[in-house]
Amino acid sequence: MAEDYKVQLEVFEGPLDLLLYLIKKDEVDIYDIPIELITRQYMQYMELMKMLDLNIAGDFLVMAATLMMIKSRMLLPAEDRPEMEEEEEDDPRWDLVRQLVEYKKFKDVAGHLQLMEFHMENVFTREGGGIQLGPDTDRALQDVSIFDLISAFDSALKRIKQEDLREIFAERFTVGDKIDYIIHNIRSKKRIVFSSLFEGMATRHEVVCTFLALLELIRLKQIRAEQAGRFAEIEIVATEDFETAGVAHE
Amino acid sequence: MSEIMVLPELKQIAGALLFAAKQPITATRIREVLAQVAEEQGGAYADFASLKDSDVEAAIRQIGEDLEKAHLGIVLGDLAHGFRFENDVACGVWVRRFLEKGKPNRLSRPALETLAIIAYRQPCTRGEIEGVRGVAVDAILRNLMELQLVRITGRSELPGRPMMFGTTQTFLEYFGIKNLNDLPGITELRRPEDGKPVAEESVFEEPAAEAAPAEAPAPETPAEESTEEEPHES
Repeated sequence: MAEDYKVQLEVFEGPLDLLLYLIKKDEVDIYDIPIELITRQYMQYMELMKMLDLNIAGDFLVMAATLMMIKSRMLLPAEDRPEMEEEEEDDPRWDLVRQLVEYKKFKDVAGHLQLMEFHMENVFTREGGGIQLGPDTDRALQDVSIFDLISAFDSALKRIKQEDLREIFAERFTVGDKIDYIIHNIRSKKRIVFSSLFEGMATRHEVVCTFLALLELIRLKQIRAEQAGRFAEIEIVATEDFETAGVAHE
Repeated sequence: MSEIMVLPELKQIAGALLFAAKQPITATRIREVLAQVAEEQGGAYADFASLKDSDVEAAIRQIGEDLEKAHLGIVLGDLAHGFRFENDVACGVWVRRFLEKGKPNRLSRPALETLAIIAYRQPCTRGEIEGVRGVAVDAILRNLMELQLVRITGRSELPGRPMMFGTTQTFLEYFGIKNLNDLPGITELRRPEDGKPVAEESVFEEPAAEAAPAEAPAPETPAEESTEEEPHES
């Protein structure tokens, strides 16, 4: 049962989000991206996503290829680079930078729209109507970005000791069990720190199951991941819907 | 002419219409109603026939100022090409509780980003949106259309004649935006090649809106100049 358990988390955030995230995290200049470093980190995230069996969209692969190409072109002296169509600039990073900068503008303006959305939530008209959107607005994962979660998952993984490779164990953990485990924890403590979820876990398998359980619960809107600020410690809290919908993991 | 009865003044009539309207209502629409009544009733009512949009708008703005001074918890909203009465946002918490609205549904960040690109670049194709976001937007686009924030505005002349998307009246109302030129940072984010304002007329024929007070042009559109003078002078 555990094998065919696939998390259908829709990672809407794309490769540009990931790049901006890395640029911000490393505090590097968007106009002078250290391509080697960023490419390496980008590939690490791809590895993690693969390990979690998240459906990596083709877009991520395309960007990986683009990064690799830029990296290889940067290694060549300018005069040896093969001619590219419509490349006015000498810097192979330029196209990407332009795309990132443009995307960032829209990201910022989206933030602005969000503030307007919040404002309008308290505005009603005579009918009491106001504008209400339907129920399905994809609000899962709004509070913490998927990359923050994956980042935290990575550090949880690194904390476990080297696996003992001599014995083969039957799989003792399932995502379903871990869902129960998290629900039980949330019920008693109301709020748990992300990293404490993985305390005492000895195998990668267990950590992965727990993380997938976490994602599933977020998707079901039973819990929410919150963060005081960017890169701060992630905390897990119950949502208003906690347990009202029951746990549909069978 | 003979003044047999005392008619209400323009401000009162405009206020009454604003009160009765289900949706944001334009000065043009109010002026049309005044003209229709003038024709049907004649007599003193005909005095209102010669008013212009600007007169009506001035009256509406006066109502807004009066409301603000009176601190009644009701304010004049200026959005989606029209005006309406709405609660003072500071009182929203109580209204929300009273109406038992619960927690509002909010758009996710990816949805907001997609919407922003459509709003500033409309009409635009799915390819353009994906070019900016660097990720497929099928599902989000479908979602936004279901929420009636986005609609198909036509087909592009590009190969394959892809569909073009634009925002709706609901979009303006949802975010409390007057018109597309009122979007934050519109001059900077508009598609580089078109220096002209965003195609405003694309917002009008809203299919789902019930009893929409029809094609009232936005205040800034050139179309307005022509409608403003012609109908009632002759």
